[in-house]
Amino acid sequence: MPSHFLGNSVKLDNVYIASTGTTCGPLEFLGPLGSYFDKGYDDYHCGEKSFEQAERKMLRDSLDICLKREKMKPKDVDIYVGGDLMNQITTVNYLARELPQPFLGIYSACSSFCLSMAVASLMIEGGFIDQAVSMVSSHNATAERQYRYPVEYGVQKKATTTFTATGAISTLLSNKPSDVRVESVTFGRVIDYSQDDPNDMGRAMAPAAYDTITTHFQDLKRSFQDYDLVVTGDLSTYGHKILKEMMQRNKMDVVRYNDCGCMLYDLTKQEVFQGGSGCACSGLVTMGYLYPLLKEGKYKRVLIVATGALLSPVMTAQKDTIPCIAHAISLEVVK
Amino acid sequence: MDRKEYDQLAEELKPSGHKVRNGLNAFLYGGVMGAIAQGVLELFMNIYHCSEKDATPMMSITLVFVACLLTGLGIYDNIAKHAGAGTFIPITGFANSMSSSALDSKSEGLILGIGSNMFKLGGTVITYGIVSSALLGVIRYAFTLFG
Repeated sequence: MPSHFLGNSVKLDNVYIASTGTTCGPLEFLGPLGSYFDKGYDDYHCGEKSFEQAERKMLRDSLDICLKREKMKPKDVDIYVGGDLMNQITTVNYLARELPQPFLGIYSACSSFCLSMAVASLMIEGGFIDQAVSMVSSHNATAERQYRYPVEYGVQKKATTTFTATGAISTLLSNKPSDVRVESVTFGRVIDYSQDDPNDMGRAMAPAAYDTITTHFQDLKRSFQDYDLVVTGDLSTYGHKILKEMMQRNKMDVVRYNDCGCMLYDLTKQEVFQGGSGCACSGLVTMGYLYPLLKEGKYKRVLIVATGALLSPVMTAQKDTIPCIAHAISLEVVK
Repeated sequence: MDRKEYDQLAEELKPSGHKVRNGLNAFLYGGVMGAIAQGVLELFMNIYHCSEKDATPMMSITLVFVACLLTGLGIYDNIAKHAGAGTFIPITGFANSMSSSALDSKSEGLILGIGSNMFKLGGTVITYGIVSSALLGVIRYAFTLFG
C-alpha cells in the first residue's frame, strides 16, 4: 500500500539517509557546532574569484564528500534535487552542469533544505527511483549582495536582522535501510501576516512556522511530546520567542523546541544579530549536528521545520508584504 | 491569532534597538571626524599657504580617499557599525557607498559591473542633490525678480 497524503503531510516507510556532506564558512566553523561539519573554509572566497563561485565550490565539495562516503560516483544517483537563495537558483543550476543525471531545481528561500529533502523522499517512497541527492547552499556575501547592501557598505543594521549562514549540504537518500530514516514530511502553505520589513525575517516567518507545525501535529495526531527535539529553521532569537508565545497562547505544551539560527552560532560572542538564517542554517544544524546525534541514538525522533521568507527585493520596494512558508521533515532512528 | 493580535505580540517581544547608545555614538564619531577634518584643513592651509576656500576641496578629497581605502581594506564597515550616522552622513558615507558598490560588482567587469553599479546606492544622493539644487536655483531667481 503506497503512502498517501494525510492533510498536508505524508508518512514515509522506505526513505533512509545513506550519507551526507557538510561544508561551511569561517564563522560557522568557529561556532559551537563547528567541529561537527565535514569541512570549513577560513575565508569567504574559498580560493575562487567571486563569492558566487565560492558558494558553488562549497556545494561541489559537500557533494563529493557525501558520495565518497558511500563510495558512489555522480552517475550512480538517480536524480538530484536542490535549491539555493540566488536569483535563478544560480549555485545549484550551475553546479548541475557537471552532473550526469537529471536535476530538479527548487526554490523555497531558506526552507529549500526541507523542501528538497521532502521532494526527493517522495520520489523514493513512490518507488520511482532508488536514490536521490538533496542539496542546498547559501553564502553570506552572495545573499547580502542580492537582498541587502554591498558587503563592505558601512551601515548600522537593525537589532532584528539575521545573519545569512555560509555553507552547503548534500544528503544522499536511498530506499536501502540505514540507521536514520525520513519518517514524514509536511508541506507548508504560503502565509502572509502583512509584515513588510526585510530586516525582520523572524517576525515575518513565525506565523508560517506556526501554521506548518500545527498542521503537522493535526495531520499525524501528534504533539511536542512525540519528538525529542523540534527545531525551526531560521526564525532567530526574536522569531523563536514570538512562535513560542503564539503556541503557548494557543494552549500548546511547548517542550524541547529550539531554532537552528540560535544553535549554529554563539550568540553572545559572534556578531550575528538575532541569529543565523539561510538554507545552510537549517541544513548544517540538521545534517551536521542532529543527524550524528540520531545515529548515536541520543535522539529518537526530531522534527525540522525549515522556514523561508519568499520576498523579492522588487516587491519590497513596491511596498508589498512578505509571503512566508515553512516545510517540515521528521527524522527517526530505525529500530 | 489574527494579524492585529500578532502585531501586538510581536511589538511586545521586539528586541530593543539601543537608540540612545546609537545616537550618542553617532554624535561622538561624527564630532571626532569633524575635528579630524578641521585638523586636515588647517594643515593644508599651513603647508600650501592657501585660503580656507582653496583648502576645503583638498580636505574633502583626502577624507574621500581615506574612506575608500578603508572600505577596500574591509575596515570601514567595522567602524560604521558603531558610528552609524556619524560616518554615514558625512562625505565619507557617500564615498563608502560608491566604493563598496564598485567592489561588489568587480566580478562582473569594468563595464557591466563597476561602471553601471557604482552609483547603485549613491545615485539617489546625486539625482536628488541636483534636482533640489536646480529647484532652489529657480526659487532664488524668482526672488531676485521681485526683490
